[in-house]
Amino acid sequence: MGTIWFWLVAIMIAIYVLLDGFDLGAGAIHLLVAKTDEERRQVLASIGPVWDGNEVWLIAAGGTLYFAFPTLYASAFSGFYLPLMIVLWLLILRGASIEFRNHIKSAVWHPFWDFLFCASSLLLAVFLGTALGNVVRGVPLDASGYFFEPLWTNFRLGDETGILDWYTILVGVLALLALMMHGGLWVQMKTSGEVNARAARLAGRAWWGVVVLTALVTAFTFRIQQQVRENLTTWPWGLAFPLVAVAGIAGVIFELRKHDECKAFFASCAYLTGMLTSVVFGVYPMVLPARNPVYSLTVATAKAGDYGLKIGLSWWILGIILAAGYFAYVYRSFEGKVVVDKESHRYGD
Amino acid sequence: MGQAVDVHRLHFAFTVTFHYIFPQLTMGLALLLVYLKTKALRTGDEHYHRAARFWARIFGINFALGVVTGIPMEFQFGTNWAAFSKAAGGVIGQTLAMEGVFSFFLESSFLGLFLFGERKLGRVGHWAAAFLVFLGSWLSGYLIVATDAWMQHPAGYRIGADGAIELSSFWSLLLNKWALWQYAHTMLGAVQTGCFVMAGVGAFYLLTKRDEVYGRTFVRGGVLVGTVAAILQLFPTGDMQGKLVAYNQQPTLAAMEGLFESQAGAPLAILGQPDVEKRKLDNPLEVPNMLSFLTYRQWRANIKGLSDFPQTEWPDQIPLLYYGYHVMVGLGTIFIAVMVLASLLEWRGKLYDSRWMLWLLMLCVPLPYIANTAGWMTAELGRQPWLIYGLMRTASGISPRVAAGNAWFTLIGFMGMYTVLAMLWLFLIYREIQLGPEPGEHLQKDHAAVLAAD
Repeated sequence: MGTIWFWLVAIMIAIYVLLDGFDLGAGAIHLLVAKTDEERRQVLASIGPVWDGNEVWLIAAGGTLYFAFPTLYASAFSGFYLPLMIVLWLLILRGASIEFRNHIKSAVWHPFWDFLFCASSLLLAVFLGTALGNVVRGVPLDASGYFFEPLWTNFRLGDETGILDWYTILVGVLALLALMMHGGLWVQMKTSGEVNARAARLAGRAWWGVVVLTALVTAFTFRIQQQVRENLTTWPWGLAFPLVAVAGIAGVIFELRKHDECKAFFASCAYLTGMLTSVVFGVYPMVLPARNPVYSLTVATAKAGDYGLKIGLSWWILGIILAAGYFAYVYRSFEGKVVVDKESHRYGD
Repeated sequence: MGQAVDVHRLHFAFTVTFHYIFPQLTMGLALLLVYLKTKALRTGDEHYHRAARFWARIFGINFALGVVTGIPMEFQFGTNWAAFSKAAGGVIGQTLAMEGVFSFFLESSFLGLFLFGERKLGRVGHWAAAFLVFLGSWLSGYLIVATDAWMQHPAGYRIGADGAIELSSFWSLLLNKWALWQYAHTMLGAVQTGCFVMAGVGAFYLLTKRDEVYGRTFVRGGVLVGTVAAILQLFPTGDMQGKLVAYNQQPTLAAMEGLFESQAGAPLAILGQPDVEKRKLDNPLEVPNMLSFLTYRQWRANIKGLSDFPQTEWPDQIPLLYYGYHVMVGLGTIFIAVMVLASLLEWRGKLYDSRWMLWLLMLCVPLPYIANTAGWMTAELGRQPWLIYGLMRTASGISPRVAAGNAWFTLIGFMGMYTVLAMLWLFLIYREIQLGPEPGEHLQKDHAAVLAAD
């Protein structure tokens, strides 16, 4: 039962990264691909009706993690206290900048919110990547089952780790580049004209960075987290996950050169899914590795009571089918390229 | 105020109080929007469509702030209250996860369609979108109240082998009788906020002689729905809520009423300041025997005072709890008077010309916000010193490794950010009210002004 929920939560997080990933990425490249007010409204309109729903996957995944693995939720959230609070502040600023931008037409109002939208999206991508880096590297858990990490200590991988060290920063930068590529491919698919061309160029450039950093981070990860090698030896079929990532990243550049905008975006989805599932496979059965492996939280030690997990499965399946239905409906009614009316006061109407 | 537990409590209290400013209007307006859309659908009158569009714009701003201030609430269970989450996450995580899966997906999917898809969806489709947004927000309210109700009155759990609290009955958790009554009481409070805001904006239009057709619609809708809600708020929901406290949280009832000594025929205090040190109420203004009657329906029934309980069982903020409760009840009584009076005037056809009543409605707008906040303070301060009533003390629920200094750091951060958000919210709502239900006209003026300024 615990392992089922381990994978269900992982799937929810993966969906969150694929969906909110493209609107975070679109935000991070906002100021680079859109110069005029009309172009910026194109970028915003490309995520306007869906960004909020995408973000709900984070909340739903958080809630699911909470009831399925309460011990993990307690340890990880209190240990990552500072970065999570910063993530919350960034989410607040970002939500406000998307919602409030188009309420007033003014030469100071628009640029302010555009800048805030771009900066908060960019930092969120970095912080989410860093969080993932922390999980892979392991945290200073002790016998009490708790830990607390300051934002940084000495940037080394000792026992007194901080949230930021050279490895987690590297993962953060990789996350930013990957989401910039992902967002660029989304914006390309949903827009036309100058914005479309700039987004394609930017995605192509980000691609090189993603390839180099993916190789580097993978090499370091094998040295830092022993469990990855062990799991690959025990279950060789797990190689399928990184292979999906490789196929995805190759597909991105191939489709980008062929100008197949839709397939390029889906190739990027495959890359992100492959990377995330590789991580999940690599650390299993740990849910939160510790610097000292004795104290690692595992599926068995972190899960909730079996009755709750069983009953949760029935409503969860029902709920996710409903959610999938809403998303299919919303995305279908939002199909095709966005058209921004020159005079329109608000987007999407 | 230097201890970590105090900072964590203030952290949660501050962020949740600020957050609840938004959902109460969202949930109240969601119902009123369905009311306006239904009227529009049945009469085919464009006026009601425009009225709904106007409130949808205000709803949109308000909803966005509710979402961004709501995410920190779920996070704080883990960040600031880790020991509590570790012990009880298997139970209350259920309702919190269900809120995400069942209501947030529903709300966020259909809100976009409701706000931006009127042309695409058609009349019936747009009504359906409004209804689904209403359903999502009210379902979300239920799941949150059920979570809180479990902390007030735990049900459907057992203590597992490792000391963790496990779920043992899903339906006892979901259909906790405390949750059902608390939900009804909370939602009526939200509806009253929606009604007072709608009637208040209508009264403002009538008093300033602009958009008067809309002004009348808003005042009528707000007053009619508001009257029903104000009465149900007191009876039966408030009454039942009080009885649940009286039967299950006896020290809480005594503290709410400022009753220090047990007595037969206990009075109901209308006014008076509790002096906890001397264990008495200063300058009390009381209705004799009333508390006994309200609690047990017997004039001379015995009510236990605080002195009958060990001090370790007392809520730790007795004056705040006492005032929270009295402010809530006092305002609730005023709301009934205002709404019933306004309904009578409406019935006699005099409401829209009674300037004093329009003034009164307009000035009442902040009051339901205060009453709702005071009500939540009563519930949560009343639960003290327990985090989960009878199971876990508040002091043992905090994150053991998060130092007071780090909690202050983020609390101050939230305070700064929320100050700015509050200003933005007031500014944007004020602007929508200024633009009014027929913004085309005013917008053109705006544009002309911008062009002239260039």
